[in-house]
Amino acid sequence: MLERIFIFLFLPSVLAAQLCKPDAPEGFKVRLSIKTALQDEAYEWDGNERFLFQATLAFAMSRHTRQEFNVSNILVCDETPRVSFWFVVTSPDDPSQLINRGKVEAAVRMSRNRINSAFLLSDETLEFVGILPTLAAPVEPASPPWLIVFGVVMGLVGAGIVFLLVSTVLQKRRKKNQEGDEGDDDEEARVKTAENGCRSDGIYNTSFSEDEPNTQM
Amino acid sequence: MRLVIPNPGLDQRIPSHQDLERMEKEQVSDRPKWDNKAQYILTCVGFCIGIGNVWRFPYLCQTHGGGAFLIPYLILLVLEGMPLLLMEFAIGQRLRKGSVGVWRAINPYLTGVGIASMLVSLIIGLYYNTLIAWIMWYLFNSFQDPLPWTQCPLNGNRTGFVDECQRSSTVDYFFYRVTLDTSTSIDNSSGIHWPMVVCLLAAWTFICICYIQGISTSGKAVYITAILPYIVLAIFLVRGLTLKGALSGIQYLFIPDVNELMNPTTWLDAGAQVFYAFSVAWGGLISFSSYNPIHNNCMQDAVMLTAITGLTSIYAATVTYSIIGFRATEKYDTCVSENIRTLLNSFNLPESSINTTNYDAAFNHLNSSHPDVILGLDLQTCDMQKFLSEGVEGTGLAFIVFTEAITKMPASPIWSVLFFIMLLCLGVSTLFGNIEGVVIPLKDLNVLPRSWPHEALTGATCVIAFIMCLLFAQTSGLYWVTLFDNFAGSVPLLTIGLFELIAVVYIYGIDRFNEDIKFMIGHKPSIFWQVSWRFISPLIILVILVFYLVTLAQKELTYLVWDPNSDVFPVQASVPYPPWISAVIFLLAGVPSLAMPVYALCRLVFVGCKQKRNPSKKSGQN
Repeated sequence: MLERIFIFLFLPSVLAAQLCKPDAPEGFKVRLSIKTALQDEAYEWDGNERFLFQATLAFAMSRHTRQEFNVSNILVCDETPRVSFWFVVTSPDDPSQLINRGKVEAAVRMSRNRINSAFLLSDETLEFVGILPTLAAPVEPASPPWLIVFGVVMGLVGAGIVFLLVSTVLQKRRKKNQEGDEGDDDEEARVKTAENGCRSDGIYNTSFSEDEPNTQM
Repeated sequence: MRLVIPNPGLDQRIPSHQDLERMEKEQVSDRPKWDNKAQYILTCVGFCIGIGNVWRFPYLCQTHGGGAFLIPYLILLVLEGMPLLLMEFAIGQRLRKGSVGVWRAINPYLTGVGIASMLVSLIIGLYYNTLIAWIMWYLFNSFQDPLPWTQCPLNGNRTGFVDECQRSSTVDYFFYRVTLDTSTSIDNSSGIHWPMVVCLLAAWTFICICYIQGISTSGKAVYITAILPYIVLAIFLVRGLTLKGALSGIQYLFIPDVNELMNPTTWLDAGAQVFYAFSVAWGGLISFSSYNPIHNNCMQDAVMLTAITGLTSIYAATVTYSIIGFRATEKYDTCVSENIRTLLNSFNLPESSINTTNYDAAFNHLNSSHPDVILGLDLQTCDMQKFLSEGVEGTGLAFIVFTEAITKMPASPIWSVLFFIMLLCLGVSTLFGNIEGVVIPLKDLNVLPRSWPHEALTGATCVIAFIMCLLFAQTSGLYWVTLFDNFAGSVPLLTIGLFELIAVVYIYGIDRFNEDIKFMIGHKPSIFWQVSWRFISPLIILVILVFYLVTLAQKELTYLVWDPNSDVFPVQASVPYPPWISAVIFLLAGVPSLAMPVYALCRLVFVGCKQKRNPSKKSGQN
């Protein structure tokens, strides 16, 4: 009678020791980098944290498979000071049966966010070795911003060119009208001076000094 | 003993001192004028200080012995750069014409020098504006957070990043693939990359509007384009010095290695850098000086400009290397952290047991106890010197190293915008001088009709240049730009500079030149200028030119390609040029260099034929 009680008491832990070991075929290695993620607010890894891990994994498995998983179905072993350990998941119907690795991976993938936030960690700091996180898509704005800036710049430049050309044309027209009036005045003055008989020396005409006096090829 | 080649008819071709005095008093010339002296100085400063001061000089300084490089640089600045500068200023101010006009006035057989200047300015302007188009692309893309070169696109099934991006880096991918869509070799081009066409259009229209009315518009634009880079460099200096690791970069730059001074390539590179830094022989400086009042003190200007160029180069180098030091420190820290993480994970040690300070001790301890495990881990060697020396020249510096460093600073978009606006201003202000050196000679040579207003001339030049630039918008455009950079700006400029010095000293006559300067500024140039114009500067240029040609002839023509399929990817692979590249190099470097002798020869033949046909007519023409 006593032996049976002993066997019943120790069987689960013996079974657990056999089911969960490093490099177990249906097991996963988990690595937490609490100090890297939280620095001053880092918590110590103890039995309570381990319990939380088992609870969240049970939650993830229940969510994915629609079966009821219990904390005792998640077996954790080989804890190291790094804070890394191995875990395996046993079936709720039969504690000696392990859940398929693929199913566990799918469950973890589905609830990754919830597991991360339970521990205040992220995909990089709470690693499931072998389960690659789905990468966030690169941020892409709806319309490429460079086209908008380009449009603004070209608009300003185009407006500037039009403004400069129009102002030059207007200036030239104004000059022509002015010269027309001045030309009449000049002619009258010259007629007067010619009549008066005195002549000024004339203005040095530089239009010839600008030209090339030599032949060009 | 004055060696002067006889030059009959010179007095008829150039205005005499009395003519100049009269023109100055009566102010009747319709030639454009500077609004004030500051505009002229800023335009020259902008012309001389270009992108090369940010991405070529610091690299040369660091590879040729750091602080010790400043010695040959400053010596050659004074012996080679300053005399050439004064010569161009004085001759332009005296003869009051653009580059073609000046040489034609000295002697019509010398017109080839002006034509060569124009060709060189045109070729350099083409690829320089392509660089500006790239800078504009990065500038336009800086107005977003996060910056587009911080992320890799995902591959097809969203499990990882695109292979090319994964193996190289996000900044490499953005530059070579997104911006340029680089092909694998120069003769392998799969069409035109339209974002580049758009940016080239933006670049050429921007230059067009700035220069549309000649120096009356560009003279106002330089207030911004010449001053803004200094302000931005100051901001970056303050930001850079407060970053971690900046001092290691500056130390790396300035630690002198006096042995490098014995190496002839140090002096050659210093001489070449001084020559290109001053933008002499482009023709733009002569044009700009011709708009000055006749009694402007050009000697003071030359000395001032030399000092400004030297100081700005050192200033920009300091800023550049503080940022490079920061980036190298970041990469080193990341490398060491990676190694620490690997060690912690493999040996399951608690997280804070190994940090950067005790890394070496812990590594040695673990290596001695478990050498086989360590070997299997494949730890990277983290070498600070390697990080400091990688990719620090040319386009690699601006578009890869700097952009990566900026992503690590807080508030990156602002720094990115500032940095690229600074590069834009530096490049655009150099292009003003460039386009001046193209449009004015085209006008003088009557290629473009004289009756056209300046707006039409500028517009026509910009449109034609834009069409020629489409060569660089191809997927092989990067390799064409590198080709132009290596060959278009080196040999032709040295040749033209040499011809210019010989023309002024021995054909125009150094005595007449001294008299002109005495007329303009009130005293003759001192013995320093005499000796350098006559012997030192031509000798230095000749030595550099000969060494350049010798090394060029000896080395095999190879270039670096971005080939994802090569073995050494992500490092660029060295590939030989295709055989037809020699024809292109001859077009780029040979044609401008030979323009002067060829033109003189053609003219000789033409005049000789004419004289034979009309022996009775006295050749009053020259």
